[in-house]
Amino acid sequence: MTPPVRRLAGALHRRPRLRLAALISAPMAWLALAYLGALVVLLVSAFWTTNEFTSNIDYLWNTDNFRTVLTDPLYRNVALRTLGIAAAVTLIDAVIAFPMAFYMARVARPRSRRLLLVAVLTPLWAGYLVKAYAWWVMLSHGGVIDWIAAPFGGGSPGFGIPAVVIVLSYLWLPYMILPLYTAFEQLPDSLLAASGDLGARPWRTFVGVVLPLVKPAVIAGSIFTFSLSLGDYLTVQIVGGTTQMLGNVIASNVTLNLPLAAAVSCVPVLIIVGYLLAVRRTGALDNL
Amino acid sequence: MTDSPPPSTGASAAGPPVPSAVALSGVTKAFGAVRAVDGIDLEIRAGEFFSMLGPSGSGKTTVLRMIAGFEEPTGGRVLLGGTDVTRLAPFDRDVNTVFQDYALFPHLSVRQNVEYGLKVKRVPRAERTRRAAEALAAVRLEDFAARRPAELSGGQRQRVALARALVNRPSVLLLDEPLGALDLKLRLEMQIELKQIQREAGITFVFVTHDQDEALTMSDRIAVFNAGRIEQVGTPAEVYEHPATEFVAGFVGTSNLLQGDAAAQVFGEPGLYSVRPEKIRITHPDDPAGPDECSAPGTIVEVVYAGALTRFVVDLEAGGRLVALRQNVEESSTDVARHRGSTVLLAWQRRHTVRLSARPGNTTPNDNPQ
Ligand SMILES: Nc1ncnc2c1ncn2[C@@H]1O[C@H](COP(=O)(O)OP(=O)(O)OP(=O)(O)O)[C@@H](O)[C@H]1O
Ligand SMILES: [Mg+2]
Repeated sequence: MTPPVRRLAGALHRRPRLRLAALISAPMAWLALAYLGALVVLLVSAFWTTNEFTSNIDYLWNTDNFRTVLTDPLYRNVALRTLGIAAAVTLIDAVIAFPMAFYMARVARPRSRRLLLVAVLTPLWAGYLVKAYAWWVMLSHGGVIDWIAAPFGGGSPGFGIPAVVIVLSYLWLPYMILPLYTAFEQLPDSLLAASGDLGARPWRTFVGVVLPLVKPAVIAGSIFTFSLSLGDYLTVQIVGGTTQMLGNVIASNVTLNLPLAAAVSCVPVLIIVGYLLAVRRTGALDNL
Repeated sequence: MTDSPPPSTGASAAGPPVPSAVALSGVTKAFGAVRAVDGIDLEIRAGEFFSMLGPSGSGKTTVLRMIAGFEEPTGGRVLLGGTDVTRLAPFDRDVNTVFQDYALFPHLSVRQNVEYGLKVKRVPRAERTRRAAEALAAVRLEDFAARRPAELSGGQRQRVALARALVNRPSVLLLDEPLGALDLKLRLEMQIELKQIQREAGITFVFVTHDQDEALTMSDRIAVFNAGRIEQVGTPAEVYEHPATEFVAGFVGTSNLLQGDAAAQVFGEPGLYSVRPEKIRITHPDDPAGPDECSAPGTIVEVVYAGALTRFVVDLEAGGRLVALRQNVEESSTDVARHRGSTVLLAWQRRHTVRLSARPGNTTPNDNPQ
């Protein structure tokens, strides 16, 4: 080591903050440029207009796009529908993941626990389109779902909102199961024993001890399922029939009317920010 | 060791008319092929400070968990206050537990932790608040009521766990090595505090420890566990002065065993004998032993200075080795070191010799030649 290097090392050692700054400045710069930069460009471009005749962008500062998004019932309906679908997907995933994660972490023997974990994780490696089209095949007229449901007098829901909810719930389920599984696994046995010891019956222990302790995990999982559903635009194209979600409104406008697409895409961003703020108030993010 | 049994504890008198706080009869617990607890009979009297002492893996925790109801015995019966509770769930038993890791609820404040049991039992809010405040005062944690467990020190957490259990006024309190995680000084303080709280509350304490000093200083009676069985039950003095088995002699206090030829030469009869080191007097080889004394000549091979005491390790001429303790009334470490290599005579009162049965499970405390 040459003396200047050594001096630098010494200086850095004595100033932990400087050391930290030097260490994270490169990734921070990348984050600022690539991530926040893109967001800023998005926001700025939402204030431009597209010339209706030439389809060129007029760099004139105005708020027409936002006015359109907020007043046109088409966009309001799409936004509400998207919100409803994302909420339904999150709820369904939470309801399915809760007992599954509990079983995996607390009931299953170590061997079957590993198998179940692999079973939950494997679909994550399969391509998104492959899974979506697999569902398209299953849901289509005369498909597997029809065939299974026929003896019970039912049939495939066809292509529409229910199909979108089903497929999105399937796609994002692992993102709900994994944090819940970890939370259940880390739940100390002695806390459950202590609750019973103090006179609590199992249901009371569940409500008073288990639920509060796994709540942060449910919220972490819901951030995934909710925001992933909110931004989805492929599933709805494949199994949604004529259903429109914010994602495909944006996607179809990107080439036609970029400023309007930018204005529309501010909606899910705002919804997510609002959701995160609401979640933060519950204190669930403190341990993340 | 002082010989001070509490009012409720006669030496080993016939059963009192009041039912035992806890009674185990023939209790066995097998985990697959492992017999963690192997046919235990035990009676714990009401108001008693009862310790279960034994090495790691001897089954103490398992017995405690069967009393609390977390574990169901594979054989035998558990009675609380004369009622058979063998098949009852923990929430239906009038006992509370202080867990080894405290098991405080991390999402609740200290006060809410203490109130938990009362809330579950639907005690009205006003009474709940009052009793929780009392319990916190009893463990001197009034000022910490609003904190979360994560914001407390180990000793404070331990006291919260104690308050959380005591506030329910159980008939029996089970404590699984509650002081295990504390440093020595705090441990000694908590020993005194626990004992005081137990005396004031009048609650039966069943206290698990693997620390023999802790068991000897705190308990009214001690059960010594070994490999899933009880080797001896008795007052601290009985267990210490008259260990029933080789195991008890070795586990409680320093083991000073003589057997085979050496025992035959020293005691005139072969067998297995034990003498506590502090009973042994070290004298000049030419000094005669008293009429009521046993004696054995030997050579000091090791001198260990330990502040208040010095430990002399003596190899006997008859074979075998004894350890003798002496208070350092006048001598310092430099003085005692020069005794190494001297020839001495060890002497002790005949009644302090304890004859042991080599086989475990045989609990006859007074099997010593007097
Ligand atoms: N759930 C279990 N499954 C299998 N074996 C167990 C189980 N619990 C305890 N054991 C075994 O039972 C024996 C007694 O265990 P126990 O926990 O009662 O010991 P202990 O006296 O409390 O020891 P320590 O002082 O280390 O806490 C041990 O050999 C242990 O391995
Ligand atoms: Mg134990």
